[in-house]
Amino acid sequence: MTETPQRDDLNDIPEAVSEPKRRFSIQLVWIIPIIAALIGLSIAVKAYLDRGQAVTITFKTGEGLEAGKTKLKYKDVMIGEVKSIAISSDRSHVVVTAEVNKDSKGLMVKDTRFWVVRPRISGGNVSGLNTLLGGSYIGVEAGASPEPREAFLGLESPPAVSMDVPGRQYVLRAAEVGSLYTGSPVFYRRMQVGQVISTELDPTGKGVTVKVFIRAPHDRFVKRNTFFWHASGVDLTLTASGVKLNTESMVAILLGGISFEDPEKSAKAPPAPPHTSFPLYVTRDEALKNSAAAEKFVLVFKESVRGLAVGSPVDLRGVTVGEVTEIAVAADPRRSDFSVPVEIQLYPEHLLAHSVGAPQQELPEPGGTESRALLNDLVAHGFRAQIKSGSLLTGQLYVALDFVPGARPAKIDWGNTPPRFPTVPGSMEKLQKNLIEIVQKIEKLPLDRLTDDAGKTIKSLDATLKSADKFLKNMDSSLVPEARSVLTESRHAIDDVRKTLSEARNTLGGANEVLSADAPVQIDLRETMREISRAAQSLRVLGDYLERHPESLIRGKKEEK
Amino acid sequence: MTRKTDSAAVQGLCSCHVCRLVSRRPRFSTPAHCPRCGAALHFRKPRSLERCWALVISAYILYIPANTLIMMETGSLITYRKDTIVSGVVHLWKTGSWMIATIVFIASVAIPLLKLFSLTLLLISVQRRSIWHPMQRTGLYRLLEGVGRWSMLDIYVVTLLAALVQMGSMATVKAGPAAIAFGAVVVLTMFATMQFDPRLIWDPLQKEDIHD
Repeated sequence: MTETPQRDDLNDIPEAVSEPKRRFSIQLVWIIPIIAALIGLSIAVKAYLDRGQAVTITFKTGEGLEAGKTKLKYKDVMIGEVKSIAISSDRSHVVVTAEVNKDSKGLMVKDTRFWVVRPRISGGNVSGLNTLLGGSYIGVEAGASPEPREAFLGLESPPAVSMDVPGRQYVLRAAEVGSLYTGSPVFYRRMQVGQVISTELDPTGKGVTVKVFIRAPHDRFVKRNTFFWHASGVDLTLTASGVKLNTESMVAILLGGISFEDPEKSAKAPPAPPHTSFPLYVTRDEALKNSAAAEKFVLVFKESVRGLAVGSPVDLRGVTVGEVTEIAVAADPRRSDFSVPVEIQLYPEHLLAHSVGAPQQELPEPGGTESRALLNDLVAHGFRAQIKSGSLLTGQLYVALDFVPGARPAKIDWGNTPPRFPTVPGSMEKLQKNLIEIVQKIEKLPLDRLTDDAGKTIKSLDATLKSADKFLKNMDSSLVPEARSVLTESRHAIDDVRKTLSEARNTLGGANEVLSADAPVQIDLRETMREISRAAQSLRVLGDYLERHPESLIRGKKEEK
Repeated sequence: MTRKTDSAAVQGLCSCHVCRLVSRRPRFSTPAHCPRCGAALHFRKPRSLERCWALVISAYILYIPANTLIMMETGSLITYRKDTIVSGVVHLWKTGSWMIATIVFIASVAIPLLKLFSLTLLLISVQRRSIWHPMQRTGLYRLLEGVGRWSMLDIYVVTLLAALVQMGSMATVKAGPAAIAFGAVVVLTMFATMQFDPRLIWDPLQKEDIHD
């Protein structure tokens, strides 16, 4: 092996210069695959770590959505992509599976909202025009909840207010929604400070819940006693001073809106915490009337409330402190009776007035323990509700609150909702009661018997009168001729007497001087005359007796028993 | 004495890599350098197989991300696409550009892969001192050398587009991470091809071992 065959023509090839032997134990070239492996590994790890989160979003329709194309955008920044679109198992929805970038994983929390951004024209608002060219995308609004989630229910329309706008949400309850829509403006002193986020029907169907959002610097104007009213439309009032037209902005006229204001007096009221519930009044006047925090009570009357209407005033010594809000009728099966529960609203602000001279105190919190204690105290002293007649002519009734002397002790039933306020029968009812009592007493009289008796009495009276008549007739027929004969006889006698008298006069004429006026002859004569009249009297008695007892002529006079 | 097929190395002759001066060098000697230019002398490219293997393995490793990661992001007003090489080919095919799809497929998918396989074949055969079809294998090697740079077509397209198409929201083209990996694969295979000493294909035909 050591010998090297050489050819002549190769002799002039020079010798290589030998070097001492070096050893390369490490081959640097192997660093390259190691680096490549590291790179590959790091890419793999990165890919694993960067893998997006799959979320499913359920929409009503897949309009404008395209698998692999439609993006998820948060604040117009792409955070993910729709991977697949499927129909839900019950075929009612579209289930969109999207992959969200690793960086945006944190956005996928419980209250994150998704909606499809499409061109939209609503409520004077045009949005999503860029999607006309670029195609729809799914808008994302990050929630604040810390709870991660993977399945979401997509909104059908974009949220009116994005969550990161500072401000507060409030809940308004109204009887009807009027012309409010999502996005309708909310005004404070005719300045738009917020908007309606949602309008939905209560689960009971007895009203609507309107959620409003008030932007940050303005939300402090919403106090606990702030009142909201429908600002939509035109309010035209004709008063003595002329026609008054009251409107909010043109936008509100066209689109509806809500205004709010707080009562003048209560600058000190604390700002309302978010999600406070307020009533939404129809007009400002109504709102003003109800501006004070109202406390509801129920009054149960037994009497008729005809003439009492919803809106009838609740009056305390001539000052309206509340109004009737509801009148119903309730059957009481235990007593088999009906009662009329009348719901009233009291405005403690009107009711619990400050003492004169003293600085105005903070009003007790309506419904608070202080206010309750005060009312309890008042009721303990005879404070009652009763129905009174406002006008006898129209029969209008109102609820009067006042101290009723001698009222039966009662308490406010705070356990009831609304609390039950003790009542006393009203003045009309009292009058009625008295009348009824009188009538009842009259009814109790034995009228039948009385009339019977009267009839009988009258009959006997009649009989008596008849017999009296008969008797008089008898007297006429029997007694009178006799008396007449007696009289003629007596006349004869008198004639005789007169003859005698004339004779006597003659005689007396002679003896006039002898005989004075009080001479015994004259006295005798007078005596005689008296006797005669007595005789006539006894004759009459006899006649009478004979009339009654004609048989006595035969049998003689009956012995008196 | 010497046969025609005897290599120079067998005859104790060594060519300088730099100045190509052929010098006489005792075989199994200590390292030597060129008497003319002083460059280190080797009968064969030193550690050719080992280096070639290393580079081929690296290329294999990087071939995976090159095909799975995103090669190019194209965005326009209407659409926004992210394409890997294969998805790009599929997209081109679907949209009717069959020619371009074929070219891209051959240049970007088939050739790099074939190169890697061919190199692996050569390496294994050399290592096993195979005497199987040395002519064809040498031909294969020549083909590899010639075709190598054309694999960069994809990279050229991506880099050109990324540089040229920057029109804000109207249209954007961005190179993805796969472009780097793919470029690395192409470069690594080219280096691997360079590192491979085709003379090794013929060495098994000698009776004697050639070292260094």
